[in-house]
Amino acid sequence: MGAELGKYKSCVSARSTDKTILAGAQDGGIVTTLFAYALAEGIIDGAIVAGPGDDPWRPRPMVATTYEELMAARGTKYNISPNVSFIKEATRSYGLDKVGIVGTPCQMQAVRKGQLYPIGLRDVSDKIALAIGIFCMENFPYQSIVQLAEDHAAMSLESVKKMEIGKGKFTFMSERGAVVPLPLKVTHKYEQPGCHVCLDYVANLADVSCGSVGSPDGWSTVFVRSKKGDDIWAKSVAAGCFETKAIDSVKPGLELVTKLANEKIGKNQKTVDERKTFGVGKGLRIPYI
Amino acid sequence: MGLLSSVFKKDDQQKSADVAKAEITKKEVKPVVDKITVGHVHMSGCTGCLVSLADNYGGLLTILDKYADLVYGLTLADVRHIPKMDVALVEGSVCINDKLSVEEIKQTREKAAIVVAVGGCASYGNITRFCRGGQQNQPQHESFLPIGDLIKVDVYIPGCAPTPQMIRNVCIMAYLLLKGSPEQKALATNYLKPLMMAAQKGTSACFCDLMTEVINQGLCMGCGSCAAACPVRAITHEFGKPQGTRDLCIKCGACYNQCPRSWFSFDVVPEYESIMELIDTVMK
Repeated sequence: MGAELGKYKSCVSARSTDKTILAGAQDGGIVTTLFAYALAEGIIDGAIVAGPGDDPWRPRPMVATTYEELMAARGTKYNISPNVSFIKEATRSYGLDKVGIVGTPCQMQAVRKGQLYPIGLRDVSDKIALAIGIFCMENFPYQSIVQLAEDHAAMSLESVKKMEIGKGKFTFMSERGAVVPLPLKVTHKYEQPGCHVCLDYVANLADVSCGSVGSPDGWSTVFVRSKKGDDIWAKSVAAGCFETKAIDSVKPGLELVTKLANEKIGKNQKTVDERKTFGVGKGLRIPYI
Repeated sequence: MGLLSSVFKKDDQQKSADVAKAEITKKEVKPVVDKITVGHVHMSGCTGCLVSLADNYGGLLTILDKYADLVYGLTLADVRHIPKMDVALVEGSVCINDKLSVEEIKQTREKAAIVVAVGGCASYGNITRFCRGGQQNQPQHESFLPIGDLIKVDVYIPGCAPTPQMIRNVCIMAYLLLKGSPEQKALATNYLKPLMMAAQKGTSACFCDLMTEVINQGLCMGCGSCAAACPVRAITHEFGKPQGTRDLCIKCGACYNQCPRSWFSFDVVPEYESIMELIDTVMK
């Protein structure tokens, strides 16, 4: 195990046993199922998720306190949902003592920084009960998604049923069955610039992190990282929430996860280094100390 | 008389019992002799920072019990002049129209090994930046400066009010830095480093820092930390990036310092689990 996958206690390939969740899930329905279990068991009082927004495929952070609300937030949207913006609000207006939150690796970094350095996050540190991270190569601004769907995939966003990044393609699938795979070479320039300094692929700082890479279609690769995560994951598996397979028994397995993690970190480390000499005798700011 | 004498007699007995008791208590040893000395220096602030310190509730008592002696503090310690101390927690900005305030902040720098600017006013001026004077009963008081404009400051705890947990963490880390084992000293140094860098960076803060130092620098990824940290709800998100209402911003520095792309320490944050356990253990 190298540093590129972060610290973890165990890693499996898993899929939800809840057929309703799976019907609208991105892959194995891990995030929704784990939150639904934690909610039912009182491990969390609610979860900050990327819920439906005003426009199609434009997520808005939402505090889900019921199974129905969790269901409404299933699936990956591939654009920005500032979930951390609700982290104090969840403990105040919503009155949650045990908060669940899902987010990208950078959002997990924000949550952990916020717990150790709660500059403006009063009484939040000890209320983060379950932070689920999702694998992330990069994210897109909403306008990029509009452009990719409408200009490149020639689909209106209203008619898009699912989006998926995998096997070197950003694929748009319509309600009527059209499937348009865009090569990532085309989509690269639409990526959010802030993603290019990110040195984390598999949400190293989450309690549990998951993503499609490494597992067969319809399954997710799950890293169990912290003590909290280990405890909740073990209980949920024991309760029959998930089917699991040993990660070394599935294809393509950890080898691909490691490869992609190194690709991302290598590329972005280069971007970070190049910032030092970006101008003539002047560089750009680097956040890492 | 009989009644009185019996009363006096009883009183005498009680007295001697008290004396015996007092002698026993005298023998009690301080549970921790190696405490650090901490003072709370009150400049021009609203006492919200001090309330925040007190909002650690039982935790404050644990800190005072085991790790720190409060040697100076308005209403909390009966000491008139600023004494020598390890850590000075300074709240509020300095009114330069007030001789005593200027004198006291200078003395604080002379007497304290570590000066911590607690809260937005001490660090960045915060709401006192908006002062135009004219307040009873000192209408001529109109010029307020963050303490870093007058003295060298070692550590910043930004925010309005700074959170109880942040003040607690800095107190614990200051203790570990001064009294801990070599490993604990290393941890405390790493933990305090970004807060020391913030103190070196400057004495002004604004929502604009997010624009100039994060978004304009191509670093923002829209996590939402800034909006969560803002005490006046001045930050929303447009196109996935923070958008500030400038008229609401009080210049406390919370948003910029909470942002994971303002500063982020790979030495500290990935160790969150063990550090939070350590804090829980020492606060027991």
